[in-house]
Amino acid sequence: MPDIKMKVNGVERSGSVEGRDLLSSFLRDDLGLTGTHVGCDTSQCGACVVHVDGEAVKSCTMLAAEADGAEIVTIEGMAAPDGTLNTIQQAFQDHHGLQCGFCTPGMVMSASALLKENPKPTEAEIRAYLEGNICRCTGYHNIVKAIMAASGQDVGAIAAE
Amino acid sequence: MYNFDFEKPSTVADAVAALGQEDAQALGGGQTLIPTLKQRLASPSKLVSLKGIPEMVGICRGDDGALCIGGATPHVQVAAEAGDYPALAALASHIGDPAVRNRGTIGGSLANNDPAACYPAAALASGATIKTNSREIAADDYFQGMFTTALEEGEIITEVRFPVPEKANYQKFVQPASRFALTGVFVAKYADGVRVAVTGASEEGVFRWTEAEAALSSNFSADAVPSAPSADGMIGDIHGTPEYRAHLIAVLTKRAVAAAA
Repeated sequence: MPDIKMKVNGVERSGSVEGRDLLSSFLRDDLGLTGTHVGCDTSQCGACVVHVDGEAVKSCTMLAAEADGAEIVTIEGMAAPDGTLNTIQQAFQDHHGLQCGFCTPGMVMSASALLKENPKPTEAEIRAYLEGNICRCTGYHNIVKAIMAASGQDVGAIAAE
Repeated sequence: MYNFDFEKPSTVADAVAALGQEDAQALGGGQTLIPTLKQRLASPSKLVSLKGIPEMVGICRGDDGALCIGGATPHVQVAAEAGDYPALAALASHIGDPAVRNRGTIGGSLANNDPAACYPAAALASGATIKTNSREIAADDYFQGMFTTALEEGEIITEVRFPVPEKANYQKFVQPASRFALTGVFVAKYADGVRVAVTGASEEGVFRWTEAEAALSSNFSADAVPSAPSADGMIGDIHGTPEYRAHLIAVLTKRAVAAAA
């Protein structure tokens, strides 16, 4: 069993994994970070998106051993230590960007990756970037609104569908 | 998924040595292989990650002007850095979704040769050279049918060399659930002629539409694209009939030529 270590939300973590163990299962089962959700387990839905060395990755489609030495950020690393939501999370709350909430961790991690590379995305760019994140409740509209708001843009500019 | 050993070498030579073990398999970005393993459709004894080999990552221009892309270069990097070949960069920027593009590699895509993948169309239409740890393979010899290539057991794609065309464009008719190409056409115009490669349509995998190549080589305009090829041997599934895919080939070729011209 390979021994691995990685920095997760700023904290050094380590463990022993089998070759087949996924990053998602290491985070959830070994580290107890169950905010990362496993929806489809086939890399379609994006509920399991985390940041690996700053890039959005589907953690159900990456081996834990591949993340040895990496810096990981999960949804647990987004809010401030006192629980204050970050800008994106707060915008999701303000604009009702979630209903059941299952997809939300992945949505927030993808939105965060998008805004890092494109701080003022258009509505079309947001929708394109979320191609790999599936939400079965909201119809995406309020998620797009939340990301527009989080990027400091006028939400009213989005036409109702 | 069945269990396997995991190794992450830092040189091509070490990777080749590690792949010498019986039933060892190379792991690129894993965006196809890991889902395949979950379905127990493969049971390697060992996975050898190619993600830790610096010499296999990056994009440069070769002495002959070709764009050289390391086999382990992820799609996101090709999208950002292959600006010398804009149609190729655009293709890379539309594979899968952003998270998939951050992991998936050009070598992995070409080694897998999914019949609906995008990169095989680019490589075949560009007359690319697939460079491995032991030899160079012309794209025309490399693709040998659905999920089948000229690669030997344990052979690694270290680099792909794309001659840069005068004009090119890739048109992908997206299958929205998988984000693969329902059908895709890559058209590339070189000084010595036009090459047209089609993915997602044929049961034999990516192929060159030679009839369109001949017509476009003498007249590079959308009007010159021949009528749709025969539907014989085209893929038929719940997403589209063979006739539909054959029709798409002609439509997408016209769009690609119009966009490139």
